[in-house]
Amino acid sequence: MSDKADVLQGTLALMVLKTLEAMGSLHGYGIARRIEQTSGDLLSLNYGTLYPALLKLEQEGAISSEWGVSENNRKAKFYKLTRAGRKLLEKETRNWEQTAAILARFLAV
Amino acid sequence: MRLLRGWMRRAAGLLPNARREQELADELNAHLAMHIDDNLRRGMSVEDARRDAVLTLGGIEPTKQLYRERRTVPFLENLMQDVRFAVRQLRKNPGFTATAVFMLALGMSASVAIFVFVDAALIKPLPYRDPARLIVVYETAQPCLQCPLSYLDFLDWKKLNTGFQSMDAFRYANITVSVPEGAESAESFRVTSGFFRTLGVAPLLGRDFYDGEDSLAAPHTVMLSYSAWKQRYGGKPDVLGKTVTLDGDPRIIIGVLAPEFHFASTAAEFWTPFYPGGGCNSRRNCRAAYVIGRLKDGVSIETALANVKLIAGQLEKQYPDSNRGYGAMLLTLSKSMVGDIRPVLFLLLAGAGLLLLIASVNVASLMLVRSESRKREIAVRSALGASRARIAAQFAAEGLVLAAAGTALGLAMASWATHILASLIPAEKMIWMPFLKGIGLNVRVLGFSGAIALVASVLFSLTPSLHFSLSKTGGGIAEGTRGSSGRTWRRLGSKLVVVELSTAVVLLVGAGLLGKSLYALLHVELGLRPDHVVTIEMAAPQSYAASNEKAIALEGRIINRMKNLPGVKSVAISDLLPGLYWSGDVWVVVAGKPAPHVHNSVGERTASSGYFTTLGAKLARGRYFTEAEDVSKPPIAIVNESFAKKYFPGEDPIGKQVAYERTGPQVPMQIVGVVEDVRERQLDLPSYPVLYVPFVDYVGTYFYILARTSGDATPLLAALPSAIHQIDPNIATKDAAILTGLINDSQSAYMHRSSAWLAGGFAALALLLSVVGLYGVVAYSVSQRTREIGIRMALGAQRGSVYGLILKEAGWLTAAGIGIGLACSVGAAMSMRGLLFGVRSWDLETLAGVALVLGISAFFASYIPARRAASVNPVDTLHTE
Repeated sequence: MSDKADVLQGTLALMVLKTLEAMGSLHGYGIARRIEQTSGDLLSLNYGTLYPALLKLEQEGAISSEWGVSENNRKAKFYKLTRAGRKLLEKETRNWEQTAAILARFLAV
Repeated sequence: MRLLRGWMRRAAGLLPNARREQELADELNAHLAMHIDDNLRRGMSVEDARRDAVLTLGGIEPTKQLYRERRTVPFLENLMQDVRFAVRQLRKNPGFTATAVFMLALGMSASVAIFVFVDAALIKPLPYRDPARLIVVYETAQPCLQCPLSYLDFLDWKKLNTGFQSMDAFRYANITVSVPEGAESAESFRVTSGFFRTLGVAPLLGRDFYDGEDSLAAPHTVMLSYSAWKQRYGGKPDVLGKTVTLDGDPRIIIGVLAPEFHFASTAAEFWTPFYPGGGCNSRRNCRAAYVIGRLKDGVSIETALANVKLIAGQLEKQYPDSNRGYGAMLLTLSKSMVGDIRPVLFLLLAGAGLLLLIASVNVASLMLVRSESRKREIAVRSALGASRARIAAQFAAEGLVLAAAGTALGLAMASWATHILASLIPAEKMIWMPFLKGIGLNVRVLGFSGAIALVASVLFSLTPSLHFSLSKTGGGIAEGTRGSSGRTWRRLGSKLVVVELSTAVVLLVGAGLLGKSLYALLHVELGLRPDHVVTIEMAAPQSYAASNEKAIALEGRIINRMKNLPGVKSVAISDLLPGLYWSGDVWVVVAGKPAPHVHNSVGERTASSGYFTTLGAKLARGRYFTEAEDVSKPPIAIVNESFAKKYFPGEDPIGKQVAYERTGPQVPMQIVGVVEDVRERQLDLPSYPVLYVPFVDYVGTYFYILARTSGDATPLLAALPSAIHQIDPNIATKDAAILTGLINDSQSAYMHRSSAWLAGGFAALALLLSVVGLYGVVAYSVSQRTREIGIRMALGAQRGSVYGLILKEAGWLTAAGIGIGLACSVGAAMSMRGLLFGVRSWDLETLAGVALVLGISAFFASYIPARRAASVNPVDTLHTE
């Protein structure tokens, strides 16, 4: 457990957006699982923290939600990207890549 | 944009919403169910599957809390919670809440109501284009400091000045209107042709005067006020082009003024051109034209003043007879309109402000008492983990709620009080205060109230926490049970009471001085007996002015007719009534004395033979005018004692001669009598030299009739106008009145009376509030010291010494309050010197009276709790320990 990384501040929203881009419509639990899986189980994600992040994105209009039925017939709230969300994702991705590139140069010195 | 949207959503989240809460629970349940399903599939036991799901989530409640905080704004959410809690707390304590809210509302409504008037008179812009550039132009000389100009001077000033874009003259005139029933008296203004363009107002209908329309050659025209149009012509648009006969002169109606237009008097119905010529307009010493000008862009009032002063100087040299000693003076239109009520308004606003201060201090100290008695609750809460800030926020919320409720109630009361106050202003006074038209709550008033509310909220939110931070909460639990006196509170609370008491002293002294002024004014030695004197104002048609004989014959007929009315003892005619107005001043020269360095300015009255007997004036020497006076005989005059003292010191004026100062041959008048001073000017001006000339020399058509009755004067009020109309139905009359009433309601008496009553009202409320405040402090102190008193008594203290203990404490507070208050009120009274009449600002009687009243009230306020203290049963107190 202890060698798992915590989610870096501010990156959770990006992960959520990217996940929703890849998966289309998905519920909270699904997003959490998907993030964990994509990280190759290297991330320690407190699932609870996902919900305020989803709410924030929804308040900002990046995602929208509606109630639906899950693959094993459970009623769940499904989230999907809005057009504003796609733009935000592009912007955040660029920002992140830039940050990562800058950091990589520093580390390469 | 995105962030803004987020914040707006969060603000919306403040509203409590059960559905959203349910949705969150559903979502988390679904999340857990899916996780548990997965875990079961991986082979966990049911119990482990659930445990793991909840753990990975981070707990259900913490997650919900995290979510909620994101959903709304936590600070605001807390605040809303506090406000709801505060409302509940206050509701549980209706006595405290009602008292606090009502006190605040009382102080607030007084201040706001007065502010409404201050705003209307001093802040609200006048309804003209760029009103700050409008200037009223005066000539100025002793004793007429704000004199109108003579028409000829006006023409010169208009032509020569460089500071004004335009300059126009206006003059109030009482005229008669021909109506189907005969003639009616109406008010009008004569204005030169550019007047409305100078003001920058456009008529509602038709046009205003074109340039040159004020020449005698132009067709005679008139503009109507909005109310004249509505009342006389039913508001019909076809009024333009119709003819109305004013003073016997038919005039074409060319325009109607807008409803919001007002100038000087709201009662003026007709606006006519100001024609040159006529007796007064052709004489440079007949000053009757008021002049208004609009400053050129970029020219300051100082520059314009320097310029007109130069012109006045030139005219002085050119026309020394009429213009010597006359300088120039400029006032902004708003200052000139508001005139002498300005200081009264400031005085009342200050009074209302002080009342508000007392009320707020009272509420603040009530809140202190309350927080003191809630010490235990606070201690328990902080022991349970409430942070200091959180507890302070709770009190702040209570303060906010109180201030908000007080403000709301205060505004409602203020709006009501404004209407009451406005309705108390008699209609004939209201006419001359056109700026009060349509007063009420407006943006500026709401802003003012908002500012008060803000200060009150801050004050009430901080007071309890101030106390709270002064005392140690740690001991609170223990202290609450034992009831030892809250020393911090007593120190702070008693300081507040001293502030209240001294403020009340200032208000009481102010009201006392104003009341004394009013009394002095109404009991000023008039030199006449105004009761039983009925007066009526009348205007005869211009045809009577055609010849002296006609005018004199009319006067004779009126006097004879009046004398024969039942109950009439004597009748007189005069050009003005005493005790009410500034009379027209004239310049005289005294025969046998060197020409005066400056003019000998004296008042002038035209009086018929019965004038002095009808008024009940006293003759000092010589004789009165008789009915035998005649224009063919050599002119005579009567002077008053002030005149005699000033111009004939140590001599007998009878037989001496005076003359009007003029160029060319002088016409000397022989003095035949000296009367004791009659207050011819308004009451608050001292007696001054007055010259009386016989009415037969007067050829005006506008005058007053005075009749003294032997019995009740009331029946004559109706009989006088009908008797006059029997002589000639075309004579216009105004309501008959009894002179006593006119003098008591005169402008100066009215000013003094209204300020005295309002200030008195404020002072009475201040007295009540401050005494209640003192009572509160002493009663609270007694309730806190019950244990101490019980022990003292158990140890042998007498009831008398317990009284002494409490009364001494209250006595110190009262003495300090009165002492500080008296010192402050002498200062305050100095600043209102100008509003006092016949009383000095350090009037000892008033100061001593106020100290006594407050001292006695304070004694009773503290006696009641002292009695309660003395009746403490030591056994009971010790039992409760």
